[in-house]
Amino acid sequence: MIVRIMGEGQVRVDDSRLTELNALDDELLAAVRSGDEAAFQRTLSALLDGVRAAGEPLPDASLEPSGLILPAGDATLEEVRALLDDDGLIPG
Amino acid sequence: MSGVMKRMGMIFRAKANKALDRAEDPRETLDYSYQKQLELLQKVRRGVADVATSRKRLELQLNELQKKSTTYEEQGRKALALGREDLAREALSRRAALQQQVTDLQAQHTQLQGEEEKLTLASQRLQAKVDAFRTKKETIKATYTAAQAQTQIGEAFSGISEEMGDVGMAIQRAEDKTEQLRARAGALDELMASGALDDPSGLAKDDLQAELDRLSGGSDVELELQRMKAELAGGSGQQAIEGGQSGQAAQGQQQEAPRFDKQ
Repeated sequence: MIVRIMGEGQVRVDDSRLTELNALDDELLAAVRSGDEAAFQRTLSALLDGVRAAGEPLPDASLEPSGLILPAGDATLEEVRALLDDDGLIPG
Repeated sequence: MSGVMKRMGMIFRAKANKALDRAEDPRETLDYSYQKQLELLQKVRRGVADVATSRKRLELQLNELQKKSTTYEEQGRKALALGREDLAREALSRRAALQQQVTDLQAQHTQLQGEEEKLTLASQRLQAKVDAFRTKKETIKATYTAAQAQTQIGEAFSGISEEMGDVGMAIQRAEDKTEQLRARAGALDELMASGALDDPSGLAKDDLQAELDRLSGGSDVELELQRMKAELAGGSGQQAIEGGQSGQAAQGQQQEAPRFDKQ
């Protein structure tokens, strides 16, 4: 599975590692829903580290579509909530 | 999976599809995308060429340094032969400095060679992907064109396409016009028959004239009948006198007369 970390690039993560990352991903969504900024930052940071550690970066010239997309490391809870709530990053 | 990763991915894909849907012609979008990929490939190739040029330059520099190094070595040997140890020492120390530069350049050369190989590989991979995309693009374009044609055929058959709509309207208009003319002709006939309108051809007659004609026609018949009766009556009297026939003959004539009357 190819995961894009916004602002960083793409990482190829072996499917066997996705289960552990999913747990963090679900925690992250819970933090977004509850509005817990501290938990959000902690979990996002852990998830991004996990993806980076589990995956192999793809070269910039690669043209692979991403299966999963993660917010940038410096994204705030409000930004991510806005992304998920209204109609996303690309207007229209 | 229902976390942030998945949802963001879905948002992106939905947006990408929307962006594609909004495009007037997806074939143009595909061509544009292909164009962008070609540009990217061109950039990578330029990158490979730049690295290769740098590597070549380094090789030339290395050759120059090697030549100088050999020259210093020969100069040192000559200086020693001439008993000038000081000069020999100077030549060798310069050669040593050059050797350090050579070592540095060789390290750079090795690094550049590695980068060049990686970039060449990336360029080849990208080329393969762009080629694959071109094939896929052409397939999609052909499928789209076929689907478009099929839709147009379907629309033509169901009569909902714009062109067919126009044809339908034209037929409708022609039918309306025909109906209108037919109704008008019917109305004129009625008006002329009733005498409200004059028939310019003079062929049509109004009811009154028709009745008069009928009546006058009938009187003509009556008059003709009377005339014929008179002729016959006059003719039988003459026969009786001329032929000297019996009263039976006259009676027969009389008996026949009602038959004429009836006719």
